[in-house]
Amino acid sequence: MALKIVKGSIDRMFDKNLQDLVRGIRNHKEDEAKYISTCIDEIKQELKQDNIAVKANAVCKLTYLQMLGYDVSWAAFNIVEVMSSSKFTYKRIGYLAASQCFHESTDVIMLTTNQIRKDLSSPNQYDTGVALTGLSCFVTPDLARDLANDIMTLMSHTKPYIRKKAVLIMYKVFLKYPESLRPAFPRLKEKLEDPDPGVQSAAVNVICELARRNPKNYLSLAPLFFKLMTSSTNNWVLIKIIKLFGALTPLEPRLGKKLIEPLTNLIHRALDLLYGMVSKKNLMEIVKKLMLHVDKAEGTTYRDELLTKIIDICSQSNYQYITNFEWYISILVELTRLEGTRHGHLIASQMLDVAIRVKAIRAFAVAQMATLLDNAHLLTGNMQRNGICEVLYAAAWICGEFSEHLENPIQTLEAMLRPKVATLPGHIQAVYVQNAAKLFATVLKGQEGNTDSTAAQETSQLMIDRLPLFVQSANLEVQERASCILQLVKYIQKLQQKDVEVAEEVSALFAGELNPVAPKAQKKVPVPEGLDLDAWINEPPSESESEDEQPKAIFAKEEPKHSRPRHTEVDEKELARRREARKQEQANNPFYIKASPSSQKVYQDTPGVEHIPVVQIDLSVPLKVPGMPMSDQYVKLEEERRQKERAEKKKKEKKKRKEKRSGRGKKQDSGPESEEDITPAHMVDIVTEEMPENALPILILFYFLSVNILLTEMIAFFWPSFKVCDIQGNLQDGSQVVVSVIFENKCDSFLKSMEFNVLDSLNSKLQRPEGSGPHDGLTVPFQLPPGVSNEARFVFTVQSIVMPQKLKGTLTFIVKNEDSSTHEKLDFKLHFTCTSYLITTPCYSDAFAKLLESGDLKGSSVRLEGVNMPFHHLLARICFHHHFSVVERIDSCASMYSRSIQGHHVCLLVKTSGQTVSIDAKCDEPTLLGNVLDEIKQTFSQC
Amino acid sequence: MIKAILIFNNHGKPRLIRFYQYFAEDMQQQIIRETFHLVSKRDDNVCNFLEGGSLIGGSDYKLIYRHYATLYFVFCVDSSESELGILDLIQVFVETLDKCFENVCELDLIFHMDKVHYILQEVVMGGMVLETNMNEIVAQVEVQNRMEKSEVSDVKQGL
Repeated sequence: MALKIVKGSIDRMFDKNLQDLVRGIRNHKEDEAKYISTCIDEIKQELKQDNIAVKANAVCKLTYLQMLGYDVSWAAFNIVEVMSSSKFTYKRIGYLAASQCFHESTDVIMLTTNQIRKDLSSPNQYDTGVALTGLSCFVTPDLARDLANDIMTLMSHTKPYIRKKAVLIMYKVFLKYPESLRPAFPRLKEKLEDPDPGVQSAAVNVICELARRNPKNYLSLAPLFFKLMTSSTNNWVLIKIIKLFGALTPLEPRLGKKLIEPLTNLIHRALDLLYGMVSKKNLMEIVKKLMLHVDKAEGTTYRDELLTKIIDICSQSNYQYITNFEWYISILVELTRLEGTRHGHLIASQMLDVAIRVKAIRAFAVAQMATLLDNAHLLTGNMQRNGICEVLYAAAWICGEFSEHLENPIQTLEAMLRPKVATLPGHIQAVYVQNAAKLFATVLKGQEGNTDSTAAQETSQLMIDRLPLFVQSANLEVQERASCILQLVKYIQKLQQKDVEVAEEVSALFAGELNPVAPKAQKKVPVPEGLDLDAWINEPPSESESEDEQPKAIFAKEEPKHSRPRHTEVDEKELARRREARKQEQANNPFYIKASPSSQKVYQDTPGVEHIPVVQIDLSVPLKVPGMPMSDQYVKLEEERRQKERAEKKKKEKKKRKEKRSGRGKKQDSGPESEEDITPAHMVDIVTEEMPENALPILILFYFLSVNILLTEMIAFFWPSFKVCDIQGNLQDGSQVVVSVIFENKCDSFLKSMEFNVLDSLNSKLQRPEGSGPHDGLTVPFQLPPGVSNEARFVFTVQSIVMPQKLKGTLTFIVKNEDSSTHEKLDFKLHFTCTSYLITTPCYSDAFAKLLESGDLKGSSVRLEGVNMPFHHLLARICFHHHFSVVERIDSCASMYSRSIQGHHVCLLVKTSGQTVSIDAKCDEPTLLGNVLDEIKQTFSQC
Repeated sequence: MIKAILIFNNHGKPRLIRFYQYFAEDMQQQIIRETFHLVSKRDDNVCNFLEGGSLIGGSDYKLIYRHYATLYFVFCVDSSESELGILDLIQVFVETLDKCFENVCELDLIFHMDKVHYILQEVVMGGMVLETNMNEIVAQVEVQNRMEKSEVSDVKQGL
């Protein structure tokens, strides 16, 4: 009877738990309210039970119903009962329910004080934790007053888990019982330096909340918070502290200054994020915002940081996100107005890069650069700002090189020959002088067409008047160029006076366009066999090449060499070093094409390079912007352009989408869809990072013509032949098979980082070192120079050996050449024959006879036809290939024996008559025997 | 301070509610409805912060939410909390749920509301952020689950 009652209550206990309740409600969608009311009746019955487990279950269900909007405050007393259970599981349920539905006017709360105090001092930290969590939700002024001391003690608990909760709940205690703040504060302050970051963060949290209410009382903590801000790595804490300082700075203005540095550090982190955030859509907007910051920025360092960020963001991935290069040039020109920047050189190199590579932009760029040259005094006026005068280097070069685009070349020529130029750094003056000569050629060309020849002569006179200033320059390069050009102009003037037309010839001095080439392009062209690019073509000249150690000379190659003090003796080592350095430099120079006599010719004859498509798009922006450009207008224009494009697109919607896209690199195709819809207004000419697919054949072809190498060799270069040969089973005990693999490198390249991997089957597994996954490959412990072979061993675990097996595998490796390396892969199959599980084991004839007599072995036989070899050869073959040993031989009859790694006996009786060989065999494993015989048959069918 | 944490599905059905300030049950339901009304109209690509809820806290009150598949996680906070900080906290919370439930989905929340509460208790306590380190949170939850398990098996053995 008693048992029945107990059983009943257990049934009840497992009758309907929270999951059942939820399921029931979900199954009664139509009459949910009715179902729930019956459930509540049940719960009421359950709460009447003495069993605490049943009560806890009921309270748990009530918590769920509370979420659905049911008032469960009627069960408050039962909740307190469950809270006071000694079991953590039930206690937790009770406290959860209490925290969901208790509030200040719940009268049973006053019954909980002692229970909570008991839980707070429980030896189990999780009892304490649960009590603190619950209390934080329903603490009343009475509870706060009664328990403040207990909680304060917990702030110094040994467990950080309790400390952080106690610290946090103190805020609630302070709110309900403000008197506790004064005695508790010293300890709270102490917790700001707690060794545990969680406790520290809790203390920061509480003090920030307090300070929000009354900031001036917490000013004294500023140094402590400052220290925390510079040392903490917890973002949450940083955010809180910055918020706190936001409240404190109005009260103490000196704080602001101190905060600049740590805050800019944070801003730098944010700037780094920007880099990854830009897209075609938002680039202009982001840069616009950054430009505003540039204008407002006070510190030079921060401004320079912003400047480099802007350029980084814009130029990343080959200007991938720039859709309008006029806008970009305008940004660059605007950046030149920055005072005291150190990054003039960076801006200059961007200007050059864009002007050279984006052909469509040249006219615009030249106009802008001419303005810059004209206003050069604004940049150079203050010597403090000379970092920025680097941009004049770019401006002068662009105006000279692309002078055909100049509106008013004479004016620019004048600007370049002003006396003030002589105050610029030498390397810039040199570019001025050289490009003045280019401009001079262009001007002459324009003027000679006219009937009035005096204009041309006046231009020459201008050069002759101004150049002597540079001839006197202390800078050798300036001096040399100037005197060279001065003499040239004087000669031209002489010819002009004789009415000889010279413009054509003068222009010829600077004819030909510089074609950019991707830096990696050359690396893709292998150096053919027998060609030594380092060998001297002519007798080596007695003097050395000049050492071009001018990091700032962007176009050092293009400018004429000037003489240097000559070294007469250079030893081999020095030559080699220089050769290396030169190679290095050439590889890094995008404008350098390695010259071999024939390739030079091909280069000029091949139209291919010229024909890399440059999409010309009608510009809706005015090409000439008066005065300094304003990048802002481009943002607006860009929007209009996109709108127009969108409208056009709608019209053409039915047409192929692809047509709209620019057929550039793969890179863009992979972008998100909305990105692709934005077609760039200008194209960058050459993609430096990833070679455009179509460029490769051009360069290869170019080498083909020059050195005549065969296509097959090319293929061999890219797909080195590589052989995994000789897979032998070496057998050891039980289920282990050692496979030795000989790797032979048959290609001309160095192979390294080989990884051997096999797809395991259920039966056979490659043994991998501990800790590696089932699909990890094994590193082959050596590298292979060309033509070398080496052996590696791999251990396999095999469960059943009665069947042959094929395992699929791959070998991955890196093919390394002098200047490139490719990752390659080779698939192979590993064949485990049954034979490979056999071990040659000698056997005496009496033991052999006993084995056959035992009757445990099952028989099988096979006949081989057309075997044309002496009997002893035949036996030797079986012994060698199939690991048997001869037990006894009588004339044309022999008995043979072998044993498998798992102890199977295999006995053969081989007889021959004429060309027919019959093999009778016995083995205790028929499947194994059948397979071994098949393999023997296979061996003889091959001969 | 965090005033309330609400989790409801795409139809506004509450899956977890946690108020750190007392409201009667009918008021709680009204707040859920209002909040659902505010966030459910918004596209997934618009800002995750909004102001304008009228029921809690008056003007110093904003909603920070994230929408994951079928569920909205909404934190109602005052101006002492940073929007981005809370947004990160929601992510931490959801990742923790994912770790504790192994690929969490709405059904886990439906049937284990109590467990979700216990996890949340290790993240936020009385409206204040307690812990933001996911590993620490998961470790504490796991220890407590083990304690519960051993107690349950004790009960069974006792019977």
